[in-house]
Parts: sequence; C-alpha cells; structure tokens
Amino acid sequence: MSEHTLSLRIIKDRGFKTLVILFSFITIVPLLFILFHIIKNGIGVINWQFLTSLPKPVGEVGGGIANAIVGTFILIVMSCMLSIPLGVSAGIYLSERREGWLASLVRLSVDILQGIPSIVMGILAYAWVVLSLGTFSAFSGSVALGIMMLPIIVRSTEETLKLIPEMLKEASLSLGVPYYRTVLRVILPAGASGIVTGILLSVARVAGETAPLLFTAFGSPFMDVNIFKPVNSLPLVIFNYATSPYPSWHQLAWGASLVLVGMVLTLNFSAKLVTKRWKVQF
Amino acid sequence: MTNQTSLTKSENTLRSQPTVETESPSSTDYAYPPDKIFFGLLNCSALCTIALLIAIFITLIVHSLPSLKAFGITFLLTKTWDPVFGVFGALPFLIGTLLTSFLALAISLPFSLSIAIFLGEYFREGTASSLLKSAVELLAGIPSVIYGFWGLFVLVPLIRIVEMKLGVAPYGIGILTSAVVLAIMIIPYSASLGTEVIQLVPSDLKEAAFSLGATRFEVIGKVILPFARSGIVAGILLSLGRALGETMAVTMVIGNSNFLPTNIFSPANTMASVIANEFAEATETIYVSSLVEIGLLLFIVTMLVNLIGKYIINRMSVRVHHE
Repeated sequence: MSEHTLSLRIIKDRGFKTLVILFSFITIVPLLFILFHIIKNGIGVINWQFLTSLPKPVGEVGGGIANAIVGTFILIVMSCMLSIPLGVSAGIYLSERREGWLASLVRLSVDILQGIPSIVMGILAYAWVVLSLGTFSAFSGSVALGIMMLPIIVRSTEETLKLIPEMLKEASLSLGVPYYRTVLRVILPAGASGIVTGILLSVARVAGETAPLLFTAFGSPFMDVNIFKPVNSLPLVIFNYATSPYPSWHQLAWGASLVLVGMVLTLNFSAKLVTKRWKVQF
Repeated sequence: MTNQTSLTKSENTLRSQPTVETESPSSTDYAYPPDKIFFGLLNCSALCTIALLIAIFITLIVHSLPSLKAFGITFLLTKTWDPVFGVFGALPFLIGTLLTSFLALAISLPFSLSIAIFLGEYFREGTASSLLKSAVELLAGIPSVIYGFWGLFVLVPLIRIVEMKLGVAPYGIGILTSAVVLAIMIIPYSASLGTEVIQLVPSDLKEAAFSLGATRFEVIGKVILPFARSGIVAGILLSLGRALGETMAVTMVIGNSNFLPTNIFSPANTMASVIANEFAEATETIYVSSLVEIGLLLFIVTMLVNLIGKYIINRMSVRVHHE
C-alpha cells in the first residue's frame, strides 16, 4: 500500500515537472511566431530606397519611411532632453535623502507615474501642449514620451547610486571637496553605467509607443524637422498602414515593424551590454 | 565700505565652515553657497515630480468636468454611447476592459506561474534558464503596436477558423482575440516578479520539508507557493494594471464596437481603445470631456491596482529581510 502511494507521489512529482517545462516553453512559441512573421514579411521590403524615400500616395509603387525614422529620432532626442535632467536629479535626491516624508512622497509619485496608461499620457500632452499651441506637434509628442521615461530614469538612478558605498563619499568630503562636487564628480561618474542603462531602457520603452502620439505628434506624410509641426514616427506608420485596407501598405508596415523591432531590441541589448561591461562594482 | 562688506563676507564663510565639518554629511543645511544651490535644485526636481502628478490629476478632472456635471454617476451605468445624439455612457467600455483584462489574466496565469517555478526553483541557472529568461525579456521588449499588427494578420485568421468550427459568428476580431494578445504581452510581468519571490524562499524551509521526505512537487505546493503567495499576487496585480491600460494592441484587434458585448467572441471596445479611436475626431466639448472622463477612470483604476501591488511587494520584502 505504502509502495503504491510512494510511486504515486513520484509520478505526480515527475508529471508536475514536465508540465512546468512544457508550459514554460510554450510561451516561447508566440515570440518565435512574431519574430518569424516580422522577419519573413519585412526583410523583402527593406532596401535603400525604403529607408531613404518619403511615403507615396496609395496606388503608386514604392515609397518609404524616411520621415518616420527621422521623426522617431527627433521625438526621442527631445523627450530625452526633457526627461533626463529632471529624472537624474530627482534620482540623486532620492539616493541622498533616503528617509523623510518628501522622499517617500516622491517615490509614491514616481510609482504612480510609472503606472499611468500611455493613452492617458496622450490626453495630457494634448491638453497641455496641443490645446495651447493650437496644433499637433512633435513637441507635444515628446512631452508625452518624456513623462513616460521619467519614472524609469528616476528609479534606475536611485537604485544605482544607492549601491555606491558611503566610503567613497566620505573620502571625498574629508579631502574638503564641497558636497556638490562630490556628487557630480565622484558619485555620478561611479554610477554612470547604471544611469546610462536606465536611460537606454527608458528610450527602448518609449521608442515603440504609439498611443501617446496618436493625437500629439499625429503623423504626417512630409519630411519635417520643425518641432512645432506634426511629425511621423515608426509606430504611427505601422499603426496607420496596418489598419489601412491596402495590401501594398501592409507590406510597408511589415518593413517598418522590422526596423522598429530591430531598433528596440538593439537598445535593450546595448543596455544589457553596458551593465555587463561597465558594471558598478565595489 | 566695500572693504568692510568683503570682510564680513569672508568672516561669514569662515564662520560657516565649521558647521559643515561638525554636522553629519546627510544634514539638510549646507552653508557653502554652491551646495545650497545644488540642494535647492535637487529639492526642486523632487518637488517637480510631485507637482507633475498633481497637475496630471487636476488636468484630467478639469477637462472631464462637463461630462461629470452632465451625467454624474449614470455615466458608468448607461450602455448607450452615441456621439450623434450626445448620449454618453461608459458601461460597454467598462465591461469590455474588465472582460479582456481578466480573460487575459486567466490565460496567462498557467504560463507565467510555470515560468516563475521553472526559473525560480527547477532551473535557477544554466542554458535552459538563460534561454527562457532572454525569451521573456524579448517578449517584454516588443512594442505593443507590433503585437497588434501581428495579432491582426496572424492571430485573427486563426481565431476565425476556431470560431467557424464552434459555429459562432466568425469575426476573428473581438474580445477573445484581444485577450490572447494581451495574455502574451503580460506574461513577462508576472513571470519575472514571480521568479524573484520564489527565489527569495529561504532554503532552510525547503530543506526541512525535503528532510521529512517530501517530493519536490510537495515542496513547491506546500512550502514555496504558500510562502511566495503574496508576491505572486502582487505580480498578478501589476500585470493586471498593465492589461487594463494597454491600448494599441487591443485597439487593433478588438473590433471597435460601441455596443455592450454579448459574448467573448463579439467585437467590443475597451476604455483605452475607445479613447485611441475617437479622441482625435471628437469635436463637441461634451464628447471630448466624456473621453477624458474615461481616461480619468482608467488612471484611477490602474493607479489603485498598481499601488496595492507595490504595497504587497514592500510588505513582503520587509518580512523576508526580518527572517
């Protein structure tokens, strides 16, 4: 009898393990499927002309995504300019003032900011920038993306700087170096890799965002570098082309998807590389 | 005169020097002027993040005031959404959001839990675990518009075949399709947090159970999962927060119908997708403000879900550090 229950228990144990392994690896299937479809459909579309020419009206052969690539770049650079200074200094604040009501309030706000759905961010940038300027613009899109980047930058800066030993700071202060120089010249450089990783991850996150751009950057068929005009971006192009009824546009959308996925994965990969190569170690 | 002022100035600096030395480095007052400015800036940036959040909240409330005034609580209970006649009720979108999110959660749970057990207990390191880990990271990194695009062109035809077999209207797009896409998207969130908490389970607890003759399955079921339960719940809440607010992928595959969904195959709209679809076209004040009110609701709900999740994580990490 006991023999029997023991073998039953062992069977259950083995069965469970198999089930766990099976379910875990089933998760990889959709990933492979997605990558496979993007590469299969996208690779044929991508060529020099696709990357360097402007979109063409329906019915004309060819057309590219040059303005979307430039637009994505503009949006990312501007949202970095808006979010990095504020994010890094708020991160320094949190690592220097670990206790206190203001610090915990800041942490709470950062947590809440991180959870705000991206579409709500679009509404906000619309209300703040588009309504006051009276037009859709690249700037309004960057405001939305910048707020989305902020929490990631703050948190990664805080976490990295917390790892840096007090000794380093004390040594610098004991040499008579003023506090602000200690932070800027000793603590920040020591934590640079973590901060850079955080920034790369936040860029990777917003580079693929579409929802906040729908009614801020809006999209445009022209090459425009004026930040107070509507601008195109890769995710917007994918959304507009994918939901259009024209098969030739679907092809362009696959190409744009491959470019976007390649870009986002490269950013994620370089973030990993930065952490690995250039680790904060003490 | 000038000489005197410069003298008092230098005296001041001299006098203030010792206060820097004697007080601990984490004190709030730095007499050295650049330090004062530096700390002023840091304080300012800290206050900015709080001000930003308050501004977001106020903006959403102000812009949804017309609809709040016009409809009040009936906004949540009315099932008609008719911009032409100016009747706005968010019930179809509330139901659509809840159905897609919870369905996605139910679909993703077995997978994310398996991954958490796989990475947290069975294979903590090695080729298989790093392979699975990178796959999960890749899943988290793919932009949502790509999920939507893929769902629209690959998943929709598949679901259509299933629907034909089942004998329901073969739309292909609808609640079930969005739930499947969402499920794939949220697996990484609950899986990675689950892995972390399962790794936190103290090994003496596990070893004690093993020494009593428990099989690994029994250890997982009776020691690891009960210990990690609150952390796993927190992971589920965080992925729920993500599912509730997810816009693009859902917008592309849910079918954008403003009627109350009748079953899980029917096209619908979620709170996020209706904003994405209609906000740019909305012209009348009441229309725009109804959409903003949906945004406000979405903001509040995701905030609560996320905060409860974070609270559970914090409590759990405190408990683990005490033991």
